[in-house]
Amino acid sequence: MTDVLIIGAGIHPFGRTDGVSGMQQGVFAVRQALADAGIAWPDIEIAFGGSSAAGNADTMVSELGLTGVPFINVANGCATGGSALFGAYSAILAGQADLALAVGFDKHPRGSFDPKPAEWGLPDWVGETGLMLTTQFFALKIRRYMEQYGISQKTLGLVAEKAYQNGALAPHSWRKSPVDLETILGSQMVNDPLTKYMFCSPAEGGVALVLASTRKARELGATPIFLKTATMRTRPPGSFEVFSPSLDIERGPSPTVLAARAAFEAAGLGPADIDVAQLQDTESGAEIMHMAENGFCADGEQERWIAEGRTKLDGSLPVNTDGGCLACGEPIGASGLRQVHENVVQLRGTAGARQVSGARIAYSHVYGAPGVSAVTILQR
Amino acid sequence: MQMIAERLFIPGPNPRLIGGRDRSTGRIVFPLPADEERFEAIELPAQGTIWSWSVQRFRPKSPPYIGPEAFEPFAIAYVQLGDQVIVETRLSGFSFDALKVGLPCRLVTEALGDRLSFAFAPLGEQP
Repeated sequence: MTDVLIIGAGIHPFGRTDGVSGMQQGVFAVRQALADAGIAWPDIEIAFGGSSAAGNADTMVSELGLTGVPFINVANGCATGGSALFGAYSAILAGQADLALAVGFDKHPRGSFDPKPAEWGLPDWVGETGLMLTTQFFALKIRRYMEQYGISQKTLGLVAEKAYQNGALAPHSWRKSPVDLETILGSQMVNDPLTKYMFCSPAEGGVALVLASTRKARELGATPIFLKTATMRTRPPGSFEVFSPSLDIERGPSPTVLAARAAFEAAGLGPADIDVAQLQDTESGAEIMHMAENGFCADGEQERWIAEGRTKLDGSLPVNTDGGCLACGEPIGASGLRQVHENVVQLRGTAGARQVSGARIAYSHVYGAPGVSAVTILQR
Repeated sequence: MQMIAERLFIPGPNPRLIGGRDRSTGRIVFPLPADEERFEAIELPAQGTIWSWSVQRFRPKSPPYIGPEAFEPFAIAYVQLGDQVIVETRLSGFSFDALKVGLPCRLVTEALGDRLSFAFAPLGEQP
């Protein structure tokens, strides 16, 4: 069986780009990824892509070229990018193609997301009574977690402070200025205990990755970055998910726990082997909880880990080295692939001021509604 | 006053939320799903404890939100109802500063816009 390698990575800067559609940002990323891989669009044998709010990915063939390539649209909420990557990865593993593309892009209006209850299988009253907000879910989940495991408000602030520090060093980030802890903790409360600076904002951006079989990568002379595994899981019984009018008394694991376990097992690696990790940080509490759900520490250990700076760029496990969603914003279709893009850059050793020294194995994790998680592990 | 939804709760001085019990597994969910073959309607306990809480500090977008245009922050929570289920709800009558996990509370009905909805209020408070 062939290995799967990532041989090309492209990104359109995240944030706000007036006058450029989400789709065009996706096309920009594809062209950059193709150039990075040293190939042309007609070389791509199969493509997977999607957005949440910026149109059908396959229509970008009218800009890229009418090569007849099979192009599969992915609509998987926050896991759209991760699922597109999973598709491209599977196609190469199955021997269907030697060169495959995964692309994700988006463009959201300003302000909070505005989900429609019916699209999530919920009755109208959930929205009418003001309970259909993603921000509430994250606040309620981290409040419970803080209570159970002794996580402090200050730790929430430290996660955000790190995000803006790292984001200031990433060319593709949205937020370019560090924000100090005091400002973060004292900023406007959005959903207690989370303040304005602890949340990511809906945004824009596009990311594309070119995947290749071992044979093709060798032929092209590419820097080998192995995609060791790409897993995706939906929610198990007893999990605590966004848009849940009720929860089971008997608590269960999260889709993240399942996806992480499957990924480590498939890669034959454990959390201690990971040199750098990109973890879903819709808000700063999510990064804290996802550190444990992905297996990097026990519940509650984050308080000490973060106080000691272990997740900073020079720590033992740097997390969200480009500032994550907090500093890059959240274009739903593109976020999961941004994480993988960042890991490719880190493993190639071309991350400049935010380079994690000696990074050899990198991990990414995306989470979203209504309870989906996708994980990848990369190795150079 | 028109209720916010049919078969969501039983109004009156001693209101109750209507949940669903999975006839095969016994699992209890809220609200009552449409599938009546699988779920039987049950009245959920009228009292519970706060399992987690937050305060909604910005006005949700309308539509779908039907609350008043002039926005006042409101508290929300997951409330654990005995050993049956944990439900998401608005809170009513709690001081934000006093909110904490474990506080006892009870179901009340309250007007929201021009309709009757539900919330959980401090245990001692009379309707």
